Order: sequence, then structure tokens, then C-alpha cells
Amino acid sequence: MADLEPIIGRYLRLPLGGRPHRVYFEEAGQGIPLVCLHTAGSDGRQFRHLMLDEAITRHYRVIAFDMPWHGKSLPPAGWQDEEYRLTTERYVDLIMAFCRAFDLISAATQARADDRPVVMGCSIGGKIVLQLALEHPEAFRALIGLESAAYQPPWYDDTSWLHRPDIHGGEIAGAMMSGLIAPQSPSQTRWETLWGYMQGGPGVFKGDLHFYRVDGDFRDRVGRIDTSRCPLYLLTGEYDFSCTPDDTRATAEKIAGAKLTIMREIGHFPMSEHPEQFRKYLLPVLDEIRGATR
Amino acid sequence: MAAVTAHERIAALPALVNGDAAVVRRGRFLTTAFLLGIDEVEYLITVSEGRIASLERGPFLMRPWTFALRASAETWQRFWEATPAPGYHDLFAMKKRGAARVEGDLVPLMTHLRYVQDVITAPRRAALLHG
Repeated sequence: MADLEPIIGRYLRLPLGGRPHRVYFEEAGQGIPLVCLHTAGSDGRQFRHLMLDEAITRHYRVIAFDMPWHGKSLPPAGWQDEEYRLTTERYVDLIMAFCRAFDLISAATQARADDRPVVMGCSIGGKIVLQLALEHPEAFRALIGLESAAYQPPWYDDTSWLHRPDIHGGEIAGAMMSGLIAPQSPSQTRWETLWGYMQGGPGVFKGDLHFYRVDGDFRDRVGRIDTSRCPLYLLTGEYDFSCTPDDTRATAEKIAGAKLTIMREIGHFPMSEHPEQFRKYLLPVLDEIRGATR
Repeated sequence: MAAVTAHERIAALPALVNGDAAVVRRGRFLTTAFLLGIDEVEYLITVSEGRIASLERGPFLMRPWTFALRASAETWQRFWEATPAPGYHDLFAMKKRGAARVEGDLVPLMTHLRYVQDVITAPRRAALLHG
């Protein structure tokens, strides 16, 4: 017998910004949809451990897509003459279009509160859930931001380091991200996380960081997030020096009702760098979300 | 047993790097000299195709280097702990907090960043083995 994992991958045809796209996604489990958003410059494989965790997939349908330009989702036709740049608006549109394509979000599901999806994103994905909380609180059962902040001071000025012909893009992305992983994270998952970065297309990581660093300063708006309309959980690893515990704490302090957790022995990539440690923090959150509307 | 000082830790660096074939191979396209500063003491580390050709202790008079990595002895000691605390676990983490300085021509540093990380964390890997 072939030793098959329960994860299933398919392609979704999705118009985005008026152009046809082909978006790869993977899913496992059944129950409440849990849509997972990967970090900048990587792809949905970061969530493979969650998809194999029966404590999660018993109650949650875990779905992770590769953003266009990432993983197995190709860039749109004509990409060769464009500079890829992620913006807040494009990112929200992508997430909403993906959820609508599966009928995860519709007038009908909004009426049946139990069917609404949970969105959990990390880093840029963690930041965009703050915008989802502002714009579309009724569409989601809960939102989870990992390594998420309204603003994080940069640790280097010039993201051009990530995309120039004399420095290997994969090597520099992997080396720079290595410092964001906790020293306690196991070797296999550490290096698998970095492999994801080493595989990114030229300029894609840099283009994602446009959203993270330039278009993603949400300090002026997060105070308007109403957690009574949609619960918001913020979890950050103690070794993350890109989005530090203090950055997340400052954001949580502006949002009444936001639930903050600082995770020990974890860096910027909780779900992929140390899945065993991360689940200790995630499972209680997922249990609470599941029980909250029973 | 007396604690190993930062200066003793860096003295062991050439043997640690040159004894690690994977690190030497990773650095095979790098030939340069860079400074590692511990408090006010400068060490000039000369790299030849991934091998540490020499480690010299300053002061130096008119000696060229490409980039310099500087921090206090206490910061380097904490960086070299087997399991460093948050903020001491990575050069750029220390730099962001203002505990380390990165100076000079950064292109060779960024081009060979993983190799340089392997070199400067060699004393940490030794701490993991020998305490």
C-alpha cells in the first residue's frame, strides 16, 4: 500500500484584479474552515504539520493556498515585465475571493454563524488579519494573527538586498530568515522552513515586504477593531526580532478584547519551525473558538 | 573551572571552522579579511577560499578589511551560549537592538551571509559540545 498522507492539493481558477490566476491550495480535515496564510516569500507548505495533526483536523478543515507568484501558484501572464508588489488591497481581495470561491463566505454562511471560516495568518498573513478584522468582521468566526503587529520597526533599510543580480536571492533569503528561527527549533523543521525561502522566485519576497513594511502601517486604524464582532487572537514567538513580542503587545494594547499570547522557544515561523511547540499554544485557541459559538 | 572568556572563544575559531568541511565548502568562493570587535579589541579574520587563513589580534596600523562586526565581550559571550536568549541569538537581532554594529562593505557579507553566520557561530557550536 502506498503511504499516502491525508493532505489533498488542487488548483483553483480565480480571477484577481481582472486577470485569470491559477491558485494552488492544499487541504485536510473536516469541520470549521481554517484558512491559513503563509509568510512573505514562502508558500503554503508551512502548514503541512497542522494538516497532519488529528487534534486539529478532527474539528477543522485546514486549507492553505499559495499566493500567486508563490509555491505552485504561477504569476499571471505578463509577469515578466512587471515588478511584483503586494498591497493591502490586493491581499484582502485575494483572501476574500478565495473564501468566496469555496462558498466559505456568502450571505447564507453569514446567516449561519457556525459555518464561517477562521483565518490564521503568519507575518504578512498575521498583519492582514488585522485588516480583515476591520473590513470584514462579520465574514469570519475568528481571526488569528501569528507574528502580527500593526507596525514593526525594520531591521534593515533596503530590501534590495533580496533582489539584485550579484547576490543569490535564495541564499540571502534563507540566511536572513535563519536568524528569525528560535535556537530550540529542531534541525529538520528549521531547514525545511528555510528551504521554502530559498525557493522563492526573484523579487517575490521583496514584493511581499512592500506590504509588510510600506503599505502595512496600521497604527492609525487598529484601535477601531471591534472584537465583539469577531474574536481576535495574537500569538508571537519570543525569538522573533522582526515582529517582536513588544510590537505585538503594543498592537494588542490598542485593541479592546484582543487576546495576546507570547510563545516561548519560538521565532517568526511557529507552524513550520517548531510544530510540536506551536500546537501547545494553538490547540487551546482552536478549542476556545470551537466552543465559543456552540 | 574558570569561565571561558570571549577572547578564548574566538582564539578557537580557526580550528573550529577549518575542521568543519561543510562550512569550508560553503565559503569556497570567499576570499577576504573582516574584523570582529570584542569591546575595543579588534580581531582580523583572513578567509581564503572558505578556510580561515589567520586570526590576528590588533591593534592594527593601516590594515584593510571589508566589513566589521562589533559588540561588547558580554554580548559576544551571550551570543556564543549553547542556547542563546532572545535578542542574542542572531547577529542582526543584536544589531537591531543596538547591541552590535555592522560596518564597512556589506556586499561580501550579504553575498556570503550563511558562511559568515557559520563562522561567527562556530564558538556556539563548540559550547554545545564542550560547555
